[in-house]
Amino acid sequence: MALARIQVPKEAKRGELVTVRVAIQHPMETGFRYDNMGRPIPKNVINTVVCRYNGEEVFRAEMGSGISANPYLQFYVVAADSGELAFDWIDDAGERGSERVALTVVA
Amino acid sequence: MSGGARALRIAAWVLVGSAAVVTCAAELPIPRSALKQGSEFAGAEVRAMQADEFSNPGMLWVTRGERLWAEPAGRDGKSCASCHRDAAASMKDVATRYPQVDKAAGQLVNIAGRVNLCRERHQHAQAFPLESEPLLALTAYVTYQSRGLPMNVKIDGEAATHFERARERYYRRMGQMNLSCAQCHERNWGRTLFNETVSQGHGTGWPGYRLEWQNFGSLQRRLRACYSGLRAEMPEYDSRELVELELFLAWRETGLPIEAPGVRR
Repeated sequence: MALARIQVPKEAKRGELVTVRVAIQHPMETGFRYDNMGRPIPKNVINTVVCRYNGEEVFRAEMGSGISANPYLQFYVVAADSGELAFDWIDDAGERGSERVALTVVA
Repeated sequence: MSGGARALRIAAWVLVGSAAVVTCAAELPIPRSALKQGSEFAGAEVRAMQADEFSNPGMLWVTRGERLWAEPAGRDGKSCASCHRDAAASMKDVATRYPQVDKAAGQLVNIAGRVNLCRERHQHAQAFPLESEPLLALTAYVTYQSRGLPMNVKIDGEAATHFERARERYYRRMGQMNLSCAQCHERNWGRTLFNETVSQGHGTGWPGYRLEWQNFGSLQRRLRACYSGLRAEMPEYDSRELVELELFLAWRETGLPIEAPGVRR
């Protein structure tokens, strides 16, 4: 079950720089670890996170085994129009997650 | 002096004496004014990570717990919320009183144990496996409702024997290192062990996120790590030994506010 927490201000002025914070729950297995029986644990990290603002891609992260578990990302977008920020991510095992948050732009 | 007045005076002294004994028995090993949170022994970055409710990774488990709170389970399709409604009201300050003795089960239980008892008795669902993701999440969510409230467990009545056993264990040397809990966390807190500052060993930040684990865990998991450090035999999860130790720790930190979900190195 994919789970993420996303924080954006509820309201922003047009043209304002908005801070977007994302935390995704994921073990981010490096591929270098072994289980109690000595078997290697296959690498499984969230390899891509994409954020679209009203359909337009505004942020993309490609991550590898150097990123800690439960990755935390922070970036900025310029508030243009009221609408939706859509987050989609996928890990090496093919599991997808997504989350949507609303952003209201006041004049 | 009349016999009656002397008798009164003696009675008064006896009263004062017994009051002193009672205070002495209830006196905390570390006085309340000197109690320090586990986070106070961490570096500035770790403290900042814990204090910011967004960057604190433990909040992911709290969020998951919030969802599970409303999720129906078991025979009758009841969720936690079906009985307890809004956790912010019904679970407020509950964690400050745990571990406590469950009368019906006749045993000492912590929050995780209470969640599982509730599942079995009222939801007629299977208990969550110990240290499993959903159990940690619900425990975190319930404990979070008491964030900022001071610990206040009962150690008398039915809890007394558990408490005494744990106290004895806390001061007993164990493992190949031949150390007791108290030797680090009472006599040497604030000093350096390897590259760490030894804390006072409070449980107020648990369940919490430990960066070393890259994961969220219970106080029992953290205690087991201490046993491992002592090269002592690790008690099983939810064993009487560990739950009793949790009770002793909870009493030791009486008055200290809960800061779970904590972030620790």
